[in-house]
Amino acid sequence: MRLAEVAVALMLWAAPAAALEVEAERVFGAADGDEISVLSTTDLAAIAPVLEDFVQGNPGRKVRYLQAASTEIDAAIRHEDARFDLVISSAMDLQMKLANDGFARSVAPAAERLPPWARWRDMLWGIALEPVVTLASRQALRGLPLPRTRRDLIAVLRENPGRFQGRVATYDPEESGVGYFLVAQDDQVSDGFWRLAEVMGRLDAQLYCCSEEMIGELRAGRIAIAYNVVASYAARFRPDDPDLVQLAFDDYTFAILRSALVPVDAPDPEGATLLLSHLLSDTSQRTFATGAGVALVPGTGPPPSPHLRPIRLDAGLLVYHDRLRRAGLLAEWQGAMIQP
Amino acid sequence: MMALTRLLDPSRTVSLRRRLVWQFLTLSALLVIGLFVTVGWVADRASRASQDAVLGAAVTAIAEGIRSVDEGLELELPYATFSMLGAMGEERVFYAMTVGGRMLTGYDDLPQPARQPDDMQPVFWNADYRGADLRLAAVMRQMLVDNRSEPVLVSLGQTRLGQAAIARETARSAAWAALAFLVLALPVALLAAQAVLSPIRSLAEVVGRRGPRDLRPVRHHTPKELAPLLRALNGLIGRLRAALDLAETFIFEAAHRIRTPLSLVRTEAELALSETTDPATRLRLRRMVRAIGESSRSANQILDHAMVLYRTDQFAAASLDMSALVKAVVRAIRPLADMRDIRIVERGTDLPCPIEGDERMLEIALRNILDNAVKYAAPDGLIEVELTRSDGFAAVAVLDDGRGLSDDPATLAGRFRRGANVGDTSGSGLGLTIVTEVASAHRGRFALSNRKTEGTCALLKLPLR
Repeated sequence: MRLAEVAVALMLWAAPAAALEVEAERVFGAADGDEISVLSTTDLAAIAPVLEDFVQGNPGRKVRYLQAASTEIDAAIRHEDARFDLVISSAMDLQMKLANDGFARSVAPAAERLPPWARWRDMLWGIALEPVVTLASRQALRGLPLPRTRRDLIAVLRENPGRFQGRVATYDPEESGVGYFLVAQDDQVSDGFWRLAEVMGRLDAQLYCCSEEMIGELRAGRIAIAYNVVASYAARFRPDDPDLVQLAFDDYTFAILRSALVPVDAPDPEGATLLLSHLLSDTSQRTFATGAGVALVPGTGPPPSPHLRPIRLDAGLLVYHDRLRRAGLLAEWQGAMIQP
Repeated sequence: MMALTRLLDPSRTVSLRRRLVWQFLTLSALLVIGLFVTVGWVADRASRASQDAVLGAAVTAIAEGIRSVDEGLELELPYATFSMLGAMGEERVFYAMTVGGRMLTGYDDLPQPARQPDDMQPVFWNADYRGADLRLAAVMRQMLVDNRSEPVLVSLGQTRLGQAAIARETARSAAWAALAFLVLALPVALLAAQAVLSPIRSLAEVVGRRGPRDLRPVRHHTPKELAPLLRALNGLIGRLRAALDLAETFIFEAAHRIRTPLSLVRTEAELALSETTDPATRLRLRRMVRAIGESSRSANQILDHAMVLYRTDQFAAASLDMSALVKAVVRAIRPLADMRDIRIVERGTDLPCPIEGDERMLEIALRNILDNAVKYAAPDGLIEVELTRSDGFAAVAVLDDGRGLSDDPATLAGRFRRGANVGDTSGSGLGLTIVTEVASAHRGRFALSNRKTEGTCALLKLPLR
């Protein structure tokens, strides 16, 4: 009888988590500490040093870190009633929509030097800038000039269809939240983007769900150019791999803002605020800036270059998830990818 | 707490000034509160109206972006519009679009307008949605969908936290400004209270400065508000003066009426004295004559005193020669002195001594001084009358060799006061009062002192012309 109760309780507890597809999980700190549960898109390896640092400074706490895709995270918080203390995601539009729709709680972490555009009210907090770049293989581009703008890239691709046929990669906007968001941004900022999309479609572009996969394929030599890759992933391989070349275009280079929110039903909002303060501290910011190559909080790393366009946390982000707008954009994308 | 209620109790503030300042403070505090409420209300209304305009424009812009295409409707939600809506105070934004009542995109459960808009004119309403107070606007547009005209309703809502904060902030700024004004105005209020009350003070000063016998009406320029007080004061003075006049006239009249019968009685008594030889009767008659003499002297002095008071009130100075006056009075008193074998020596009266004064009053004063000297001088004694001029004053010193003073000279000047050592000498005690009053009416001084040798020195000083 007693056992059955425990089983039911376990099932109830496990039910929402079961629906969430977790990519990686790790617990930092002592097992008997007060738990702060974090659901995040950030690569576990990238954030591990920062979390180690946190549990060292707060011995009474432990951090349970779950890594998942941005759409998974959005669905988990929005529909599945999953209880987490802190939610971190690079999908700015989804985070913004969660905050707008009332899923975020007002918190007050120590963030005096955070730029005002990197937060929305006291609910959504930017914790790192993630420049979005194009990666290429030196080997594949041999003999060709390195493109400095999207126009250069279009020219290079057009003039060498043989070399790049089936070897151009980018995010699949239908599968990846970040991918869709970047297409929407490209669409909004530049008319030339659709010409690039058409060129990529004609070259039978390969579509991927995530940055890591694209980098893996690039390193394996199966593709030559990966358009729209989050730079922090590439940073882990670049120094060791002389063949990888990172192209930050001069016309514009987006920097998406990885943001954190504390859900309204967070079991431990104080712990979450404490951890958020730690993520915004100068030490953590320096770690993030080293990975991304650009500092969010001024003075913690390299300042943004002039062509870098950080995307602001703003109510305007809500439009990207409009059903009609999304459908229209994806239809146009399909039109560009599948050429008659 | 007790101290505070005591402080706030207006009945405690007996000071007009404090009451004025209190009233000013109370009114100003009401003004601050009123300003806070009013400005808050106005700012709230104004910012609400401007935000409504923005919201209306935004919902219209979205509706105008809807296009009919072959597959149905196409809408590209404008980024800039949403960005703008959220800009003030980072508002939450919600929207919905229905076609013929079917949800097309946006938030399915967004509250619907109470009244359907019938054209592109936006309809505004308030609603509670997802734990937030929303301000919503909706427009209606007819669109061709599948060759049928369908109503498309676009609703857009936003929270109004930034607007409320701005209204609050504006009201708070206004209240701060009013408070600052209040602080600046406090010293001004104190000064104003002072200025308002200063006519009362100056009136009090004017009345307080008056001489003890000055019963003229107060002719002081006062503000209109003080005129009733001044009228009442002058009325009171008038009545007092009338009463005093009546009393003095009565005394004057009484003394006058007594004098004549007294001299008749005296003559009769002296006649009887000369006709009788019976020693007992003679003694009785002599006492009678003496008593009558005292009474007629008193009556005379009362008359003199009344005269001096009257002339002080109607003081009219004229040029006169003090030397001549002294000479005249000495001449008049000489027969009396001769009767007691007293010699009178004059000094300094050979030169003219011009002063401004009332001759009648001065004559009365001198006569009283000399009368006193003759009365208190030793028999066969000497009275010296000396007129000198120094420091802008003419001084008449009358020196006798009598018994001198036993009392403080200052107390002797009081009405009906007589020295303790006068003993057998007759007198009313009015003499010195008369002299003192004459001296002060002339802005002069009268002093009585003991001489180093035997006797008294009476000194009357009057300003030279």
